[in-house]
Amino acid sequence: MLEIGLGHYLTVAAILFTLGIFGIFLNRKNVIIILMSIELMLLAVNINLVAFSTHLQDLVGQIFAMFVLTVAAAEAAIGLAILVVYFRNRGSIEVEDINMMKG
Amino acid sequence: MILQGLAFYLFAAVTVAAGVMVITSRNPVHSVLFLILAFFNSAGLFVLMGAEFLAMILVVVYVGAVAVLFLFVVMMLDINFVQMREGFMQYLPLGAMIGLILLVELILVGAAWVIAPQAESLAAVPAAPAGDLHNTRAIGNVLYTDYVYLFQVSGLILLVAMIGAIVLTLRQREGVKRQSIAEQNARKRDEAVEVKQIPTGSGV
Repeated sequence: MLEIGLGHYLTVAAILFTLGIFGIFLNRKNVIIILMSIELMLLAVNINLVAFSTHLQDLVGQIFAMFVLTVAAAEAAIGLAILVVYFRNRGSIEVEDINMMKG
Repeated sequence: MILQGLAFYLFAAVTVAAGVMVITSRNPVHSVLFLILAFFNSAGLFVLMGAEFLAMILVVVYVGAVAVLFLFVVMMLDINFVQMREGFMQYLPLGAMIGLILLVELILVGAAWVIAPQAESLAAVPAAPAGDLHNTRAIGNVLYTDYVYLFQVSGLILLVAMIGAIVLTLRQREGVKRQSIAEQNARKRDEAVEVKQIPTGSGV
C-alpha cells in the first residue's frame, strides 16, 4: 500500500484530467473557470509525462513536460487577453453569449 | 519508504481536493487560490518522482505567473458572480455523465495496459544513474544540445504570446489628455503669449 509506483501517479493524473473535463461542463457560464479547468488538464498531462519519464529512466519526458508548460503559459496569456477584450466589448463572459460569428 | 508513501498520499489527496474546489467553488477568486494549492502540491508530487527542476519550474511559472495572471483578470473584470452560478445544476448531470464515462475508460485502459519489455532499452535519452548527475544538470545537458531548436521555438512562442496579448488588450481611449513632447517643443512664442496695450483707467 505504501509502496508508490507508476500506477499511483497515473491514477492521480487520471482523476485530475477527469476533474478538468467535468469542470468545463459544469461551469458553462464562466470562461475563466473553463480556462482554469484546461490548466488542470495540462497539469494532469504533465504528471503523466514526468511519471513515465522517471519510471522508464528517459529524460525526454521531462523535456516534453517543460515544453507543455511553455505552451500552457502562452495559452493562458492569450486566452485571458481575448477574455478581457471580449468582456470590454460585450460586458459578459458567458459561453452562451459568444455567438456573434454564428452568421 | 513509509514516509515517501505518506507524502505521496498527502500531496495526491490535497491536489485532487483542490482540483474539486477549483471547479465547484462559488467565487472565482477562491478557484484561483485552490488552483495555486493544486499546483503547489503537484510540485510536491514531482519532487517525489525525482523531477526537482520541473517542480521548481511549476512553482515559478504556474504559481508565480499564470495563477497571478488569472487572479488579476478575475479581479479586473466586473462580473456578477451570483448570476454566473445559474444553470450550475442544469449542467451537472451531463457533466457528471461525461466525466464518469471518461474515468471508466481511463480505468479500463489502465487495467489492461503493460509496459513493453524492451521499452527501457529504447530510451532516447537514458537518465544517468541516481546520484551521478543531479536532475537540473541532466536536463540542461539534453535541452541545450539535442533539443536546442525546440528550445528556441518555445522562446519564440512566448514572444508571440506576449506581443499578441499586448496587441489584443492595448486600446487608445477617447478623451484622455496625453503629453505630446513634440507638440510642446514646436510651440512658438506668439501662439502662447498675447501682448495687449491697455489705456490707463479704461479696464480690460
